[in-house]
Amino acid sequence: MTTIQHISTGRRVKDRIVQGLVYLAFALAVVPLVSVLWLVISNGLARFDMEFLTHSMRNIGARDAGGGAYHAIIGTLEQVLLASVISVPIGLLTAIYLVEYGNGGRLSRAISFFVDVMTGIPSVVAGLFVLAFWILFLGMPYSGFAGAMALSILMMPTVVRSAEEMLRLVPGDLREASYALGVPKWRTIVKVVLPTALTGIITGVMLAVARVAGETAPLLLTVFFTDSINNDPFSGPQMGLPLFVFDQAARPNDTAIDRAWTGALTLILIVMLFNLVARLIAWWRSPARGR
Amino acid sequence: MTTKVEIREGGPATSRPAPRRTSSEGLFRWLSTGSGIVLLGIMAAIAVFLVAEAIPALSANKANFFTELTWDPNGSLVFGIGALAFGTVLSSAIALVIATPVAVGVALFISHYAPRKLAAGLGYLIDLLAAVPSVIYGLWGVAFLVPLLKTPSEWLNATFGWFPLFAGDGAIGGKTMLAGGIVLAIMILPIIAAISREVFLQAPKMNEEAALALGATRWEMIRMAVLPFGRPGVISAAMLGLGRAMGETIAVALIFPATFGISFQILTPQGNSIAANIANGFGEAGDIGRGALIASGLVLFVITLLVNMAARMIINRRKEFMKAGT
Amino acid sequence: MSKQIQVSGLDAYYGGHKAIEDVSMTIEPRSITAFIGPSGCGKSTFLRTLNRMHEVIPGARVEGKVLLDGEDLYAPTVEPVSVRRMIGMVFQRPNPFPTMSIYENVAAGLRLNGRVSKSEMDGVVEESLKGANLWNEVKDRLSKPGAGLSGGQQQRLCIARAIAVKPQVLLMDEPCSALDPISTLAIEDLMAKLKDDYTIVIVTHNMQQAARVSDRTAFFNLAEQGKPGKVIEMDETSRMFTNPSEKATEDYITGRFG
Repeated sequence: MTTIQHISTGRRVKDRIVQGLVYLAFALAVVPLVSVLWLVISNGLARFDMEFLTHSMRNIGARDAGGGAYHAIIGTLEQVLLASVISVPIGLLTAIYLVEYGNGGRLSRAISFFVDVMTGIPSVVAGLFVLAFWILFLGMPYSGFAGAMALSILMMPTVVRSAEEMLRLVPGDLREASYALGVPKWRTIVKVVLPTALTGIITGVMLAVARVAGETAPLLLTVFFTDSINNDPFSGPQMGLPLFVFDQAARPNDTAIDRAWTGALTLILIVMLFNLVARLIAWWRSPARGR
Repeated sequence: MTTKVEIREGGPATSRPAPRRTSSEGLFRWLSTGSGIVLLGIMAAIAVFLVAEAIPALSANKANFFTELTWDPNGSLVFGIGALAFGTVLSSAIALVIATPVAVGVALFISHYAPRKLAAGLGYLIDLLAAVPSVIYGLWGVAFLVPLLKTPSEWLNATFGWFPLFAGDGAIGGKTMLAGGIVLAIMILPIIAAISREVFLQAPKMNEEAALALGATRWEMIRMAVLPFGRPGVISAAMLGLGRAMGETIAVALIFPATFGISFQILTPQGNSIAANIANGFGEAGDIGRGALIASGLVLFVITLLVNMAARMIINRRKEFMKAGT
Repeated sequence: MSKQIQVSGLDAYYGGHKAIEDVSMTIEPRSITAFIGPSGCGKSTFLRTLNRMHEVIPGARVEGKVLLDGEDLYAPTVEPVSVRRMIGMVFQRPNPFPTMSIYENVAAGLRLNGRVSKSEMDGVVEESLKGANLWNEVKDRLSKPGAGLSGGQQQRLCIARAIAVKPQVLLMDEPCSALDPISTLAIEDLMAKLKDDYTIVIVTHNMQQAARVSDRTAFFNLAEQGKPGKVIEMDETSRMFTNPSEKATEDYITGRFG
């Protein structure tokens, strides 16, 4: 009777080593996440107070303590809202074109390809474009709106892709049923297809918002800086929370660095909040919950 | 470029009543088609306006824009992207060399090693890395990573100083190419991991079973049936990561000390990139200065565009292949 | 190089679901044993427990004993990898490695077990392809991708790949269900030839096939949907198809259900 032979030690060791490396890779990837979050929370909590959330940096000298990011928070919220107002209709309509009207023709393939390519545009290039077109070419001033335009360029491809995915999930039967009732195509899309895909689309938009809310480079080139509160995104320099962090981090004294950390904490909270809301909407609608 | 708008009937639905061509129907179709064209238009406009605003600065330049190392568009009008482009390529290469193996490991962990119930949650954890804003990575890099790298850098320099990348006689550590490259690696890791994970999960189960039935260990199975299948996907994922790394701005703007030279010494305090220079130089830039920064941004745009298009073409060809295969 | 398999009291689970219950049987060497039964009765599951492929599916597990010439495949010291090395398997759909050539496909299993010289490898590849009745059709294009062959050729390539490592047992999970009649005939001829050297176990939906190729047949059935499958009857194929002792077997064979 021959016994079942064991595999060679070499093969077993190699298998174990690779397994170890794969686990190590995952650990390596998680370490910076934990480290970043830990540092932001521990350093950011020191100044995370009402003054920070309700005051601007107006009349706060370079070495002074105190001051806050109220102007930056207002700026970020307004810019992100405006960016959504610009990018969501264009993105959504483009997705509708791709799914309902495109038919895989040459134009739709070109759009689809460049939407993918657009996701790879560096955010600083989007900022430079708005700078070149809006501020230098048209001679408009730096403003929150200019920043919103740059952010909207970064949002659009994400909105198109997520909306497209959701629209494709809507069963063809639903459309057919509507056509069978004599409802024209555009009304079918507006009254039947869009409502069915709505929560999925909202999730996608929220994730896109979360992504651009943390962008600094495009704002740097388009909204410029201010230490004061400017509630009007259409006139004059504004601030944005990422910009606030960048600005404070570049100042060489501890009170500014403290403000940078607290700004980072506020920014992460806002970004994570958008992320969380997006996931909650997705979860609330997911089939696993039986809807 | 003339774009022919092909108007054809039918969407995903196969049969439907002959359309009553109402004006609303036409308007809606026109709106959605128009939005798609706007998107293409934006891509074209980016190229057009960057070129238009770069030309005055480029014609005022007293040096060769592509080879000149110094950057002084506001004073002597001598500027070029030689050093900046070099820094962009070197820092992105460091990021890619570090991120790709780790990302492939992470992707394999989630697709083939982690317990099935945990896999989705762990994948989400990696996606969170991408949700952290770039400016925060910069802050973290300066406050935490740079001091952390000091001792290992000195050791590397002392032990492997003969190797050009680790050479350097003066100060070692601090705000270096290595620190910037590591931060970039962390930032591009999620996208490489996410795409690799998708292609690994698509590897045909029947081939995995065939390998196991031949008596392959888990690693041998992955090498026979998963990696060869996933290779094009991993390559294009790495290229998308490369595009990200080259365009990444704020994190490296905070870390790089904005030097203007060409040096392979990644452990000495020097480094810069096209994107970092835009962020750091914009505040003090005059008219020519802004034009010069726009010109450098145009170069960055073209490079990332090419890298991204190549990556997307690889992915799309793969999709066709997958469709044909099933 | 062919061995006997003895199974006693075997249960197989997918998570909390029991797929087969209390299966006991003896599979003789140098013969073909066929498993028949309606869909979902657990015959494929049972086949996969014989080379420990069942546990590849997350949450799947096995209780009971499978003895290969007296040695328990499920003993704690036995590695599934070495079990599969000794008990080869051919699947329902031909699954050659798409990125490998015909030659590499056949050599794949052998390469796992350390260095083999080029000439030795050439010899094994030729011998295995001849053993799988495929050599004459592919000898001029060994470096071409295996995926370029017809379905029947691909399945014979998979058989060549399985026998290249010289296993003790060959398990075949509905190997002809994705093939046309002519390819099916080629595989059946091949099985008759391979039986001189191997213990062969085949799962089939096709009763004529079981009757044509097998020496012994086991009939699997389940009481109702959701209940575990069991072996109803096992006997010489000739007796099973002419004079079954169980009513259910007769009903199934004569096409009254299933």
